[in-house]
Amino acid sequence: MELTLWTYEGPPHIGAMRIATSMKKLHYVLHAPQGDTYADLLFTMIERRGSRPPVTYTTFQARDLGGDTAELVKGHIKEAVDRFQPETLLVGESCTAELIQDQPGSLAKGMGFDIPIVSLELPAYSKKENWGGSETFYQIVRTLLKDHSKESKQTWQEEKRRPRVNLLGPTLLGFRCRDDVLEIQKLLGQYGIDVNVVAPLGASPSDIMRIPNADVNVCLYPEIAESTCIWLERNLNIPFTTTVPLGVGATQDFLNELHKVLEMEIPPSVNESNNSKLTWYSNSVDSNYLTGKRVFIFGDGTHALAAAKIASEELGFKVVGLGTYSREMARKVRPAAKALGLEALITNDYLEVEDAIKETSPELVLGTQMERHSAKRLGIPCAVISTPMHVQDVPARYSPQMGWEGANVIFDDWVHPLMMGLEEHLIGMFKHDFEFVDGHQSHLGHLGGKGNQNTSKEAIETNVQDVVTTDGNPIWTNEGERELSKIPFFVRGKVRKNTENYARQAGCREINEETLYDAKAHYKA
Amino acid sequence: MSGATLLKESGPKEVFCGLTSIVWLHRRMPDAFFLVVGSRTCAHLIQSAAGVMIFAEPRFGTAILEERDLAGLADAHDELNRVVKNLLARRPEIKTLFLVGSCPSEVIKIDLSRVAENLNIELKGQVTVLNYSGSGIETTFTQGEDGALKALIPLMPKSDQKKLLLVGTLANAVEDRLVSIFNRLGIDNVESFPPRQSTELPSIGPETKVLLTQPYLTDTARELKNKGAEIIEAPFPLGVTGSTLWIQAAANSFGIDKSIVDSVLNPLISRAKKALEPHVEKLSGKKLFLLPESQLEIPLARFLSNECGMEIVEIGTPYLNRDLMKAEIDLLPPDCRIVEGQHVEKQLDRVRDSSPDLVVCGMGLANPLEAEGISTKWSIEMVFSPIHGIDQASDLAELFSRPLRRHDILNPTKTLTSN
Ligand code: SF4
Ligand code: SF4
Repeated sequence: MELTLWTYEGPPHIGAMRIATSMKKLHYVLHAPQGDTYADLLFTMIERRGSRPPVTYTTFQARDLGGDTAELVKGHIKEAVDRFQPETLLVGESCTAELIQDQPGSLAKGMGFDIPIVSLELPAYSKKENWGGSETFYQIVRTLLKDHSKESKQTWQEEKRRPRVNLLGPTLLGFRCRDDVLEIQKLLGQYGIDVNVVAPLGASPSDIMRIPNADVNVCLYPEIAESTCIWLERNLNIPFTTTVPLGVGATQDFLNELHKVLEMEIPPSVNESNNSKLTWYSNSVDSNYLTGKRVFIFGDGTHALAAAKIASEELGFKVVGLGTYSREMARKVRPAAKALGLEALITNDYLEVEDAIKETSPELVLGTQMERHSAKRLGIPCAVISTPMHVQDVPARYSPQMGWEGANVIFDDWVHPLMMGLEEHLIGMFKHDFEFVDGHQSHLGHLGGKGNQNTSKEAIETNVQDVVTTDGNPIWTNEGERELSKIPFFVRGKVRKNTENYARQAGCREINEETLYDAKAHYKA
Repeated sequence: MSGATLLKESGPKEVFCGLTSIVWLHRRMPDAFFLVVGSRTCAHLIQSAAGVMIFAEPRFGTAILEERDLAGLADAHDELNRVVKNLLARRPEIKTLFLVGSCPSEVIKIDLSRVAENLNIELKGQVTVLNYSGSGIETTFTQGEDGALKALIPLMPKSDQKKLLLVGTLANAVEDRLVSIFNRLGIDNVESFPPRQSTELPSIGPETKVLLTQPYLTDTARELKNKGAEIIEAPFPLGVTGSTLWIQAAANSFGIDKSIVDSVLNPLISRAKKALEPHVEKLSGKKLFLLPESQLEIPLARFLSNECGMEIVEIGTPYLNRDLMKAEIDLLPPDCRIVEGQHVEKQLDRVRDSSPDLVVCGMGLANPLEAEGISTKWSIEMVFSPIHGIDQASDLAELFSRPLRRHDILNPTKTLTSN
């Protein structure tokens, strides 16, 4: 049993709903109690969908449990098929139904429908949302394509046509999937590559049947599509790309990889440096202040990995923390963290993430909506890079993360809050100037500006107290404290800690101005 | 009863389970913690229903059952014990801990009352541990509050004092206002249940007169009655009429002179009616369809038809307590259609067929209906908003007139289409 105050991922049947709702002409009968219908609001409110998810919940009650729940399930299945006339039916159960073992999938298969039935077994007590989405997509593709002939088909060169690829993995409630698909489609079009099927987002079961017409699968979101891509490669000989085109470098790598797999010549424009403005903006002189900015990264696997690469290689930040809530992606995140000299944080406990943020004193947090809350409490700028989705992550404007335009969006989204942070810092520095009247409240509303003044005053006062109360710990003198207050607020905590550690090591009982400089020299050396 | 037609329907439902009540209960009693014993689904439901309300130290959480807990029962009880102790060690400010049962905990028969009992012995009164069910196989939405209050009743001290007890969660400001009105009538001893601190439970006895503020407290009302309290029969304090009758019923039962009641209430009534006017203008003649969710549907329909002139197409309710609802149903216009239970598909067919101007519904259904050009109002807003009492009548009406006004501003002629 695990105490959970908040969870990054929902249960696995939510993943299944994401697939079902992303697709067309599909219906999902979910054996579940009435309260589980809350899941509809994830789609109709967070994604603002104008239609209900194609899900029938059996909504069994305690009083049904004594009787024949199997009959109840069959009744719902029949009604759903009659009413919605799906091309393919998904049948599964949520956590509670898993315990009563009605086997709704087998029941449905015994009812004599002439449509494919995909029976989902998603262990609710050990797996989570992304796993459920991946498994559901895989089961749908497998069910619909398992009888497809494996015989090698003609290549695009032999057929004298343009190469065709499938884009696999985008779903509803996935981070900016809608816009990523458009961006990648546009990008591939520029290189004469056609998109055959996009799935699950927008695909019907008949579209899934057309997957084998493509030359290559593009695995856009490994969390959802990797297992399907592997199966399609093994069983239908369709190779797939593994680079996720997030960031300038990764988009180049992706195009190189795709051209290679398709046996196409790589056009030089792929590797030119002016494809995305990120490259020039990052090189321009006013980006100098971004050098070595301490950044903490946490999210799903794909976006956290990409963020680490973009931050360290394309923006010149220093990654001081990297982690994911996705156990399935831990295998990939661990070595990436190690390469940056870090230990990956793999956890589903947001308080642990918050502690790690505090511990590393970053100047920028790239995380989920939860890290945005934590960062706000800590007064650190933050940009959201990953699910779980919030209504703010479904902007009205076109705002992809992938491809060249995605890199532009990322530059703006990440650097903007930092500039705000810097402004806060300037306000702190110039706080005695007459322009900065006391009432100036920043729109960021955290510890900067006016709040900043108060905290430094408080800090001095409380430390006077500390002189009396702390035993064995070095004591801050008033000059030491004053010097510390000149240090930008976002690194002040870290400097305080480091200086105290240094003072302890060096056996200083008192920390004055000089100790601060000694400590600084010590840590820089 | 009046000429209302009472029907029953069954089929797939689209309603919250009782766990959802935690979203407002934890705000009412900040010294209590609600620990759901359930699955990741339960945890996800509460955080989704609570929206962005995330706290550094939230006062609710879920002990998520894992595969190994399902293996053997003794194990699950021990595990829960361990989780609770860890939690209490970390959160010494918790005074009352509610163990909240869920579908999974009930299906595998975890005996929460036994766990609570053992913990109470061990903790020796430092923290009171209680349990109730918020499961979707037993409860709907607001019934969770009914369960939580019922669990508190055995802890209420006995007293022979004559008092008025307001039962059901109210917004604090509304509660203060209602208490001050009762005081002005001469009823000085007014208390509330649930209290604002879980440890400050009101006392109860034969001289306690209970006035329900919310219509969904079936079990709580029964238990209070068993404790000797008298339940004052009245409609619920929504709208001018409902609130007036509700206050009058209490005044009668305390033997307050009618002239005093009139002199206190009449100015409030005429002011409230005036404030209602612009909303009545907007709402009058408009067709209203209420889908079942909060059990507030009948009193709301009564207010919106009788005082705002709306035409009621159908009143859905997840559960109908004919005794508690009698005074309300008596006030409904004749031939009102009340449907207990739900077949969500058939009901939505009826919604479309009747093309209502406004539908009161759950959060999952609102945008799909909006996309079809039908204005909606979330039923969950009724349990969060200060809507009770005479003074709040126009605010209550505004909750319904605003979507209509907005629809008219944005779509003067056409209906809306979305993706
Ligand atoms: S319906 Fe049952 S399983 Fe679902 S969230 Fe509510 S209590 Fe948990
Ligand atoms: S509100 Fe303050 S912090 Fe925000 S942009 Fe203006 S000056 Fe800068």
